[in-house]
Amino acid sequence: MANISMTVNGSEVSGDAEDRTLLVEFLRNDLGLTGTHVGCDTSQCGACVVHVDGEAVKSCTMLAAQAAGSEITTIEGLAGGGDLHPVQKAFHENHGLQCGFCTPGMIMAATDMVRRHGASLDEATVRTELEGNICRCTGYHNIVKSILAAASEMGGAQQAAE
Amino acid sequence: MGAEGIGARVARKEDKRFITGKGRYTDDMVVPGMKHAMFVRSPHAHAKINGIDKSAALAMPGVIDVLDGKQLTEDQIGSLICGWMIHSKDGSPMNMGNWRPLAEDAVRYVGDAVAIVVADTKAQAREAAEAVSVDYEELPAVTDSMAALADGAPQIHPNAPGNQIYDWEIGDSGEVDAALASAAHVTELNVVNNRLIPNAMEPRAALGHYNAAEDHYTCWTTSQNPHVARLVMSAFYNVAPENKLRVIAPDVGGGFGSKIYIYPEEIVCLWASKRTNVPVKWVADRTESFLSDAHGRDHVSNIKLAFDSDNRITAMKVDTVANLGAYMSLFSSSVPTYLYATLLSGQYNIANIHANIRTAYTNTAPVDAYRGAGRPEASFLVERAMETAARELGVNPAELRRKNFITEFPHQTPVIMTYDGGDYGASLDAAMKAADYDGFAARKAQSAASGKLRGIGMACYIEACGIAPSQAVGSLGAGVGLWESAEVRVNAVGTIEVLTGSHSHGQGHETTFAQLVAERLGVGIDTVNIVHGDTDKVQMGMGTYGSRSGAVGMSAISVALDRVQAKAKKIAAHLLEADEADIVIEGGELKVAGTDKTLPWFQMALAAYTAHNLPEGMEPGLKESAFFDPSNFSFPAGCHICEVEVDPDTGVTEITQFVAADDFGTIINPMIVDGQVHGGVTQGIGQALLEGCVYDPGSGQLLTASYMDYTMPRADDLPSFTVETTKTESPSNPLGLKGCGEAGAIGSPPAVINAITDAIGNNDLAMPATPQTVWSAMKA
Amino acid sequence: MYKTNYHRASSVEEATSLMAGADDGKLLAGGQTLIPTMKQRLAAPSDVVDLRHIADLKGISVAGNQVTIGAGTTHADVANSAEVRSVCPALADLASHIGDPHVRNMGTIGGSIANNDPAADYPAAMVALNATVHTNSRQIGAADFFTGLFETALNDGEIITAVTFDAPEKAAYQKFPNPASRYAMAGVFVAKGGGGVSVGVTGAGSDGVYRASDMEAALNTNFSSDALDGTSVDPADMLSDLHGSAEYRANLVKVMARRAVAAAS
Repeated sequence: MANISMTVNGSEVSGDAEDRTLLVEFLRNDLGLTGTHVGCDTSQCGACVVHVDGEAVKSCTMLAAQAAGSEITTIEGLAGGGDLHPVQKAFHENHGLQCGFCTPGMIMAATDMVRRHGASLDEATVRTELEGNICRCTGYHNIVKSILAAASEMGGAQQAAE
Repeated sequence: MGAEGIGARVARKEDKRFITGKGRYTDDMVVPGMKHAMFVRSPHAHAKINGIDKSAALAMPGVIDVLDGKQLTEDQIGSLICGWMIHSKDGSPMNMGNWRPLAEDAVRYVGDAVAIVVADTKAQAREAAEAVSVDYEELPAVTDSMAALADGAPQIHPNAPGNQIYDWEIGDSGEVDAALASAAHVTELNVVNNRLIPNAMEPRAALGHYNAAEDHYTCWTTSQNPHVARLVMSAFYNVAPENKLRVIAPDVGGGFGSKIYIYPEEIVCLWASKRTNVPVKWVADRTESFLSDAHGRDHVSNIKLAFDSDNRITAMKVDTVANLGAYMSLFSSSVPTYLYATLLSGQYNIANIHANIRTAYTNTAPVDAYRGAGRPEASFLVERAMETAARELGVNPAELRRKNFITEFPHQTPVIMTYDGGDYGASLDAAMKAADYDGFAARKAQSAASGKLRGIGMACYIEACGIAPSQAVGSLGAGVGLWESAEVRVNAVGTIEVLTGSHSHGQGHETTFAQLVAERLGVGIDTVNIVHGDTDKVQMGMGTYGSRSGAVGMSAISVALDRVQAKAKKIAAHLLEADEADIVIEGGELKVAGTDKTLPWFQMALAAYTAHNLPEGMEPGLKESAFFDPSNFSFPAGCHICEVEVDPDTGVTEITQFVAADDFGTIINPMIVDGQVHGGVTQGIGQALLEGCVYDPGSGQLLTASYMDYTMPRADDLPSFTVETTKTESPSNPLGLKGCGEAGAIGSPPAVINAITDAIGNNDLAMPATPQTVWSAMKA
Repeated sequence: MYKTNYHRASSVEEATSLMAGADDGKLLAGGQTLIPTMKQRLAAPSDVVDLRHIADLKGISVAGNQVTIGAGTTHADVANSAEVRSVCPALADLASHIGDPHVRNMGTIGGSIANNDPAADYPAAMVALNATVHTNSRQIGAADFFTGLFETALNDGEIITAVTFDAPEKAAYQKFPNPASRYAMAGVFVAKGGGGVSVGVTGAGSDGVYRASDMEAALNTNFSSDALDGTSVDPADMLSDLHGSAEYRANLVKVMARRAVAAAS
């Protein structure tokens, strides 16, 4: 058991947790940030993706202790106090979600993707880069469309999915 | 159509909470004093339980209790049931083996629940579950349905000799045999419909809370039909009487059928909460979901299709063996019978059909309805046979289908169904046009030039949605009625609540149902709130599955809206001193047609509640309810075309285009309908190319128990889709809706396999057509 | 996950002493294999020593022909490195296809080769590039480093600090991913350098990563895809599982090798 401190969505937080506590468990159980989900046991589904020091990471594959001292952004903090982040808005407008369970991870992954690729993002790249995020509802069609729309809005994509 | 009414492409109302991380799923629920559960599960596919030693586990830190099947029996908790009685052709009832929520004497599949551990933390519960010592005496196991029905197979349930559950038939075998004997051509095919694991992204979960002070239970659960869960847990499992049991299904993260059923876990969590006097939460690990969620498909079939000399189908004969797993899940018996064999006529005019269905127990997870449920199996069989026949007869596959299409309605098939309408030629034409079918030869040549094999395949599917009417399904063995309920409450200021027995797990009911209200009452969708998923709020419902929420659920709302409108018009006519027949409702007002007299909607509502000036004898208030029971199924149909390019070196299949042209009748929200098609098609492509549940036949261990081995469709496995719609309205419900949730998964698998077999020139190709499978088929 | 004690090291020396003080310690690099393994209760180290905050282990440098990659460098950093792209684009390309973007942000080259998963990508490159593995106590040639499935020449507590190799004239990596896990079912790294052609194969061999010597011989004579026509891969030496039989993997090794030769730049 150790006291773990980190910055989550701009606020300093700390809590006592066993060393084996995963970052996702710390976020959900200790901080009540239940927007980050767990959909598998093998680090593949990506429902748990958050940003650690600005980069997308699977919070089910990182100990909370590893993240101590880091800056974490979760889906709850993505808009940074604004109404909606452009990626969130694009998912809404393009029907990029159905049951919503994979959505937080998808949006966090998409935000990271747009940050890295900006104007060069195209459909093939989006599809390749979604390798670490599984959705069972949408067939990805509208997720791809949402991400391209967001990239376009944020300054860049070449073309929409259809 | 208004900006938010029927047919409008409205962005979903429910999205905001999901895209901001504020969705509330069962695992997000926290109740004061809540503890955590782990199930002790069988590591063996088949074993006798000689004893359970819980002492070590009970002594571990944080452990509150360890409960087993003996205690469950002491408390008279009932066995799980299958809710659809099937009689074998000899008249005997199906052989239903006893399914205890916690196995007491024997375990019958890997993952069978044996005990529950309740502890302060999940980690403690997990550690204690490992310390529960079960004395198993291993027995031989069988996982394959054909092997289970063979002589000498291990006997799984004492009351199902030879592991046969039932041997059922439909149609006239004499007529069919005669037609086969005199046919100009018979196409025969052996087909395996591969077993699938549903994999909703939200794993199943349950939180049971017994409140001793009130002698009342609450269950939060990942359910597609909370009311049925309450009904069954009260009436059959003896958990609690209905009035002392509240079932809440909050946000549900996908289901695809797997969350219809009432599983052991929610029963046991509720019971354990009373036993331990703490709220008990269980959340499945993904591997637990793989092991214990009801699986889908798993048919082995032979089909014979007889043609006359003019290439018209004269008869069909089908023999199918279906694997139902270790126990009969809630609707399992109906899937290979009334949801499968009744659709074997496809879109075709076939005078005689006979199907014989045998079902088997095996040492595998229970098998039940999964997106499409029986209809994908029927569609795959029929459309693979049609494509094969076209190849054998040397005719164009589209024209062979077109020649045999049903064109006059209503049409009585030889397998119960009365198709009430459709235009199959229209969807075939739409799909071929969208796919540039005529340009295929040029594209094939282009692929060949770069060393790739290109193929094209189609499937013309039919499905039956919104199982109905209740009286008919009751006569076929269903244990429940398949109506839906709705209540429309107009508040005193005119805002509206709709209570529905349908329950969204991703379908967007909060939006589409509000669109119906907007259309009918001329109000904005923001003034409409949809209430669902809570048995304390909604009186009764049958839930969401079988593409029924539109055709049945919305129809119930529509009927309730009729009643609201009628009363509102009476009030308006009274206040406006006009004839009730002259009142129209539009744009948030009640108007006297042909005059400038209007009454704002909210003033009418206020008048209903102040009751200062209502027509004589009218009760105050404005709240109406309805139970809607459709007169028939609805029959969505369509044509899917798939084009593939196969890499001959590796067997990798790339889907270069996928076109779906579907007739869903009236469409409420095209954006949501398109999304349903995308998702359904993806699950069908998953079945065709990627997904296959594999048990080790000797040990009965599940080999595909995680995403490391079970291939989920990912974004880079798929193209963007082309979705077209054609329209003939369903005459069986007031809105003309047909249902769109399952069609994608029904039409796509045969289209994909027809395309690959076209590309590689070998018609014998198993699903999933993985690169290795395709490579092997090319070499064969 | 079983209980464990977490330690964060700020230097290799501190990590070494933390490991020495642990009952059954494990080094935690990016954790993208170790943590899933611990979650599945297949590993239960008493202690984990986190190397991620040791600055000395990170970074890429290219001096003339020699490439040095710190053991703690993430796959994303290798994939995005302009230096690596300029002298050995094949390695950057390999790194860009490991796992998924999120895994690449955490997983490291040192962690990957220390684990020596028979389906991991980096080992194929290491053997084909004749890389040298530097540890806190010695240098080990790649040929001697990978000793079997999940086995390496590392001693208990020995920490990889960097890998070095001479940039090849041309190289390419071609991977056929397992459809479910996306690990390599056959991955072939072909490198042509001063010492001739090397072919490293991962994902397929029943003993883990290996050098395909008959392919190398054929390519040393004629560096073209067609030169591989006369070579064969023996299915008896291949892994076989649910996703790929030995025969299929043998085919894939050859197909990936042909494509790697064709793509080498």
